[in-house]
Amino acid sequence: MIVIIKYNAGNIESVKNAVERLGFECVVSDNKEEILKADKIIFPGVGEAGSAMKYLRERKMDELILSLKQPVLGICLGQQLMCKHSEEGDTACLGIFDASVKKFPPLDTVPHMGWNNLHALKSPLFTGIGENDDVYFVHSYYAEQTKETIALCDYILPFSAAMQKDNFYATQFHPEKSAGVGEKILLNFLNINR
Amino acid sequence: MLKKRIIPCLDIKDGRTVKGVNFIDIRDAGDPIELAKRYIDEGADELVFLDITATIEKRKTLAELVKRIAREINIPFTVGGGINSLEDAKAVIHAGADKVSINSSAVKNPSLITEIANEFGAQCVVVAIDVKNETDGWKVYVSGGKIPTGIDAVEWAVQAEERGAGEILLTSMNNDGTKSGFAIEITDAISKAVNIPVIASGGAGEKVHFKEVFEQTKASAALAASIFHFGEIPIPELKIYLQQENIPIR
Repeated sequence: MIVIIKYNAGNIESVKNAVERLGFECVVSDNKEEILKADKIIFPGVGEAGSAMKYLRERKMDELILSLKQPVLGICLGQQLMCKHSEEGDTACLGIFDASVKKFPPLDTVPHMGWNNLHALKSPLFTGIGENDDVYFVHSYYAEQTKETIALCDYILPFSAAMQKDNFYATQFHPEKSAGVGEKILLNFLNINR
Repeated sequence: MLKKRIIPCLDIKDGRTVKGVNFIDIRDAGDPIELAKRYIDEGADELVFLDITATIEKRKTLAELVKRIAREINIPFTVGGGINSLEDAKAVIHAGADKVSINSSAVKNPSLITEIANEFGAQCVVVAIDVKNETDGWKVYVSGGKIPTGIDAVEWAVQAEERGAGEILLTSMNNDGTKSGFAIEITDAISKAVNIPVIASGGAGEKVHFKEVFEQTKASAALAASIFHFGEIPIPELKIYLQQENIPIR
């Protein structure tokens, strides 16, 4: 079973729809037992870092996420919350990735909204994905580049379009909104062998 | 590199697409989902569904339709038309829309922009602005372009951004339906005045019009309806052309 973590961030139904379109059963849940039993976990999110972390801490969901051993995929705000700190609301985050999350300098239109290409791909998450395939982004904050970066995107500056550490995967872009390319990436995640 | 977006707009009345005809391989051009899927296959970057249903009673079917759309399509989509309150916006976003577009209701009650942005994030709020060039400059019109407000178009766009809009959908009434090209001057002025993406709309008739609006303004996207519906400019052909003209396109 695929479990999508339910918390106070939007975009959850879109992710559920996308997983179901790929033929996988999935539930949206904040139930600890259900999450611990899942084969794969998706940690989505559109929203604000400070209020999201507060919500997770109050329910001890931060500890739960850190304890997970199965493959976890953070999406958008999910990736940012998996970093150590976000400038958004000066928020201490989960600290899975050794990266800070910063606001784009206003040198171009912000949010970074639309289709942009990935490069420097290095993960089984991107099997079958080309160096210049486009995916859909919408965000005003970005995770800096670290050794955990598995895909880069350039907008104003190069940033982490995807990250991985052990069983934790994350994308800044929305695979569930990235047409066929996004479906392939989501399918690669869902097919990871534990 | 961030790509310029091509956005077909689908007008919806009583849950059905209007104006959609002429795709020989489509079973039912009146079905918004079939038409949407067709556009996605062709390479549309995003979709806008504009509900032009006249009666409030029939509009309740919109949330059901949005749910069906969200289940079936895999690119971002915006829903607009008749969203007058935070409650209206909630219904459509909870049904699965990525963004809502508000127009007259934002002019009447600018705090609605902030309310929706606070609840769902600025990226969810598209402020649609209908503008007309008058003797003393470009002015905002509401109620489907029927009522002049006297408000300066650039000032309103800047205010919309300040209040929390994530994107501006700018339609020039002078150009809409003329097929003579987008309104370059006002699109340029607004896209320079704000730091959020601007979608140019109104006037597309030829492929070169898209090239012009992307080369001569900071517009992030261009929207059209009839030229795509009637197959006058197939999206794949438009995208190949723009790529050849060195416009960044997916």
